[in-house]
Amino acid sequence: MEMPVPDKEILARKDRVVRDLRRLIADDSVISDPFETRAYECDALTAYRCPPLAVVLPRSTAEVARVLAYCNAEGVPVVPRGSGTSLAGGALPTADSVILGVARLTEVLETDFDNRFIRVQTGRTNLSVTGAVEAEGYFYAPDPSSQLACAIAGNIAMNSGGAHCLKYGVTTNNLLGVTMVTMEGEIVEIGGAHLDPSGYDLLGLICGSEGQLGVVTEATLRILRKPEGARPVLMGFTSNEVAGACVSDIIKAGVLPVAIEFMDRPCIRACEAFAKAGYPDVEALLIVEVEGSEAEIREQLEKIIAIARTHNPVELRESASAEESAAIWKGRKSAFGAMGKINDYMCLDGTIPVSALPEVLRRIGELSTEYGLEVANVFHAGDGNMHPLILFDANKPGDLETCERMGAEILKLCVEVGGCLTGEHGVGIEKRDLMTTQFDAPDLEIQMAVKDVFDPNWLLNPAKVFPLHVSASRRDA
Amino acid sequence: MTPASEAELAEAVATAASRGTALRIRGGGTRAGLGRGPVGEVLQTSGLSGISLYEPGALTIVAGAGTPLSDIQAALLAENQRLPFEPMDHRVLYRTNGSPTIGGVVAAGASGPRRIQAGACRDSLIGVRLVTGTGEVVKNGGRVMKNVTGYDLVKLLAGSHGTLGIITEVAFKVLPAPEAAATVTLSGLDEVQAVGALTAALGAPYEVSGAVHLPGDEAVTAVRVEGFEGSVAYRAERLTDILGAFGPVAVERDADRVAHFWERVRDLSALAEGEGDMWRISVRPSDGPRVVAALSHPPAVMDWGGGLVSIRPAAGTDVRAALSGIPGHATLLRAEEATKARFGVFEPEPAPLARISAGLRGTFDPKGILNPGLMAGPGADIAA
Repeated sequence: MEMPVPDKEILARKDRVVRDLRRLIADDSVISDPFETRAYECDALTAYRCPPLAVVLPRSTAEVARVLAYCNAEGVPVVPRGSGTSLAGGALPTADSVILGVARLTEVLETDFDNRFIRVQTGRTNLSVTGAVEAEGYFYAPDPSSQLACAIAGNIAMNSGGAHCLKYGVTTNNLLGVTMVTMEGEIVEIGGAHLDPSGYDLLGLICGSEGQLGVVTEATLRILRKPEGARPVLMGFTSNEVAGACVSDIIKAGVLPVAIEFMDRPCIRACEAFAKAGYPDVEALLIVEVEGSEAEIREQLEKIIAIARTHNPVELRESASAEESAAIWKGRKSAFGAMGKINDYMCLDGTIPVSALPEVLRRIGELSTEYGLEVANVFHAGDGNMHPLILFDANKPGDLETCERMGAEILKLCVEVGGCLTGEHGVGIEKRDLMTTQFDAPDLEIQMAVKDVFDPNWLLNPAKVFPLHVSASRRDA
Repeated sequence: MTPASEAELAEAVATAASRGTALRIRGGGTRAGLGRGPVGEVLQTSGLSGISLYEPGALTIVAGAGTPLSDIQAALLAENQRLPFEPMDHRVLYRTNGSPTIGGVVAAGASGPRRIQAGACRDSLIGVRLVTGTGEVVKNGGRVMKNVTGYDLVKLLAGSHGTLGIITEVAFKVLPAPEAAATVTLSGLDEVQAVGALTAALGAPYEVSGAVHLPGDEAVTAVRVEGFEGSVAYRAERLTDILGAFGPVAVERDADRVAHFWERVRDLSALAEGEGDMWRISVRPSDGPRVVAALSHPPAVMDWGGGLVSIRPAAGTDVRAALSGIPGHATLLRAEEATKARFGVFEPEPAPLARISAGLRGTFDPKGILNPGLMAGPGADIAA
């Protein structure tokens, strides 16, 4: 993955930049020791690494504003960072950039159960937002797999999803307001505890802008009352096509499960070997979860099971207890861990129209043969968000490159059938150079022109999202 | 002008841009009256009509912007599905005829009572195609419901009232239509009691999809649940228990009557039939009663659990001044042109955000030819 050549002139004045930063915010909030900055050299896309010029960890929005105003005036690029769990390289630094981390901004600022929102600093982790309200029976709905570690700042930057977004939506559907600092160091409030804007929907634009339009330091998030109960059912099928048809029929029947998860045989086998969840050895497996009171759960599961039976399932297992529910989820939740145990892997994130599922799985199988790399598929089937895991050996020369080429082919396939490159992980650097397969020149030009409005000097996370050759004239200006 | 295709429309806009001709974009014309003006040559989107893709199993529909909303709703109904956000029909409010288009719904960001549960228009909108003010054709989003590829201009376009681009095609995530619905009502509550009752209902795990208070001498406070028969019966019963603490409760289970009630709430029917300025105010729900009190209790509808106050104060009332100190915003939905000019239709933004909004407008429509003046601030002269 190509990154811009660091600006030698900035590298040469590192000492002055660090000294200035230390004057602007608390001394212990600036990290410049090359040994310590190494901890920030990558995010969860670990194949790419580069220590930054310096790292700042401000303790307030005002400090963030001072750092950004300074970097803007000095022409120093800034890479915002939440918890560093991006799978797309969204927080990958360049050698001439300052990492601006929100890790010390973790406070809950306000909880309001009557108005059903919580206001937090954005360094707070996703799971601990729910943690702050669950005693009162509430939760924050978006639940990315990394929710134990990932920060709300990163969730907003990438518009993160999760397993339950079929029913509850993704981050943007649960975000009410932000406090944001512009690259010029101006603090702005967008939205609030009320719904929807009067003028342009700037909040909708900020969410998912990958830290390129501003640094969000506080967020007002919608919270919901927890459902009375939830229960999964596990179904095994003889082919991916049949499982795909079953998903479509469930949705058409008017049932809206809270989650529909799909695993193919390679994934089922790996998960079973790892987690021993008692999964059947079948071609395709669905986990469908519904919510509500006992009677409501029964009502929905009866409909789902009746539909599943029309597709001749080889296995149909309805959970009868909390333990059985946990067992059904155990394999799925450990899917990535199970893969990591047997191999290095690359996790893709393309979304496809649900109707294209059988075709896409078949063609992924063909690509797997062609490139000689195994693929396991696990994904959110209700919304078409695929997560093919391509297995490779990082110690084998050339294997990563082969894997990346194959990954690119799969993502192009997702676009070809009417889908997109990324459903919830973001573009970052990982999908940056594929953007031209999904977008024509005017589509990208208008997006870059939007960045011009917020960050005219292209200093905020500049080497992400847009192919380098497409953004070059702006970055070099 | 009524272009027959997106390409024709793009050419027409490019020509208008080169000549500096203002364009007034029109779908069904049912929302003429929302915003200032209008000025300019009418550009009609009715030529861009038709559903190009509908996959019930993928909960996705794609249609030309000029497609009548009624066509979309009929196609969805045939598969027992619907648009989740319950778009308001503005014909009562603006005393207009014609047929609302799906592009107009998006341009206005029109959402109804179900917004509190199913999200706003922008939350269901998953893709757009548009023609910018320079005549460039641009797409954003797509036809899949999870998509974070590039910036989300889809949300920016929803509710931009045609000032950032002329929307030519829209894609929506849709939802199953419910098998049953029920309305649980209380009578005679004042605003504070009513919002207390609605808050109790919305704070329960029963997926309330409508929560409104209609104040007045015969005040009605109502919540709606929708879903499968058994589930609706169960939740209506639970909500009856909860709301019972606020007074005697009635439950309506007749589908037509439930639908009719919420249609009138959605379209602000009773309120809009009366004369006078109409404002739409979004605040945190617990501030709803303060809004009504600050304006001395004129006719109002308090939707979204109290958070959306549609209100008809005495003509010429400076509502924003009366509400200063209450966080949120106020939009002047309906008034004489002079009143709109005096206050501005949309809530004025603080300077840094106003600069960003103006920058975006300048990016999408550098010549300022698309619906010029429609979103102009207080006092601005928008004469053509």
